[in-house]
Amino acid sequence: MSRHSAPHWPVWLVLIGAIALVSLPLPGFMTPFRPPWAAIAIIYWVMMWPRVFGVGSAWIIGLLLDVMQGELLGQNALALSVISYLTLRFHLQIRIFPLWQLTMTVFALLSINAFILFWIDGVAGNPPAGFARWTQVLVGGILWPPVMAIMDRIRERIENRSSTFYVPR
Amino acid sequence: MELSTPDSDQRAFRNTGYGLRLVVLCILSIAVMVLDHNNEHLKSMRQILSAAVHPIRLIIDAPFSLGHWIGDSAATRDELTEENRRLTEQNLIQSARLQRYVALEAENARLRALLDSTAKVSGRVLIGEIMSVDMNPFRHRITINKGSNDGAYVGQALIDADGIIGQVVRDQFFSAEALLITDIDHALPVEIVRSRLRTIAMGSGDLERLTLPFLPRNADVVDGDILVTSGLGGTFPPGYPVGIINKISGDRGEPFLIVSAQPAASLNRIREVLLIWPDPDAAQRAAADDQDSPAASLPDEASGEQP
Repeated sequence: MSRHSAPHWPVWLVLIGAIALVSLPLPGFMTPFRPPWAAIAIIYWVMMWPRVFGVGSAWIIGLLLDVMQGELLGQNALALSVISYLTLRFHLQIRIFPLWQLTMTVFALLSINAFILFWIDGVAGNPPAGFARWTQVLVGGILWPPVMAIMDRIRERIENRSSTFYVPR
Repeated sequence: MELSTPDSDQRAFRNTGYGLRLVVLCILSIAVMVLDHNNEHLKSMRQILSAAVHPIRLIIDAPFSLGHWIGDSAATRDELTEENRRLTEQNLIQSARLQRYVALEAENARLRALLDSTAKVSGRVLIGEIMSVDMNPFRHRITINKGSNDGAYVGQALIDADGIIGQVVRDQFFSAEALLITDIDHALPVEIVRSRLRTIAMGSGDLERLTLPFLPRNADVVDGDILVTSGLGGTFPPGYPVGIINKISGDRGEPFLIVSAQPAASLNRIREVLLIWPDPDAAQRAAADDQDSPAASLPDEASGEQP
């Protein structure tokens, strides 16, 4: 029952860290290779802690991301809540996938995310982001296995530490 | 990875209503987007959220500021002496120019008085720093560390030592978002100094290039012409350098020339910007608002402010 008692705030820190990573200044030529960190983090935590993180928290993170990026308010919020819904809906299936299949799923989810953003840009009349948005999806998919390994470490630490507090002696 | 955990129990999870939540949030997102697209409706909401994420901005910016600070602190004595010498020299040259400028300004005011038109004086300025925070990488936008608390307002012009940079598009409490003149959505009324021909310079999405799409084939424009702001439209004060025309081409059949210009300010290397209050009345009001702020205004002789 560790994850019910585990504190949530470290995960919020991780999610806010993901927003910060999206806004971290990089030289211009790196733009096409910046993975969509916030979407990746949301997918992971919704998949692993579906009772704690869901559509609502994804929406809040998306809204903060919109403000940070100066984009249309609600754009990332919509995209992230849709992919968090899909993750939530299929989290039992996704979790038992072998790693390559899981990576493909994440790749598909990130593509949906990028497509929603692309679509809203089009409807709102913003200039199209071009090819870079799709290379970002590709980079995000490729980085999924190492990122997942790091996140697993973080999650284990959070869960184990909290369980030591609650174990009856 | 765990396969079966108590909280992923299918039965326990079935009726949490997340599908309904998704529908509600989607509708909410769309409503927010529609309201935000018509700009003004959600200004206060955006300001509050922006104040909430301001700590994140500061944290991201901190290592870069620290880097600059360390770079400044670790500069050797020789470097500082050298820089000091260079700045003194520059100061001397510019003071000499300024003397002439004062005389010219007086003469200009006299001539304008003869023509019965009022002289335009530039107002207060304020130095803002660009925060090292990347915005949407596909737009040319920057975040500066001065916001509505410092008197920045939407539509305010930003310049640096070389020329026009852009304008404020969103003023938040502690920071402001500005659109660079090279953003694909930006248009700027300009005037060619040599021929006094007025036209519009549009952003190209490339930091090194502005385009002038509305020049007819017979327009008096040559390579190397200097563009300054014309002051039409009222956002940008007149007479600030915008760029230099570096390419003119055009097909015979086309009604317009294809002209591009290099921005005067090096937009990918700026760190400090000047926010200017072109309207003297507004400047005085803003100055009255935060008189005790130390960074509020440069000395009068630097800004050319007149009482």
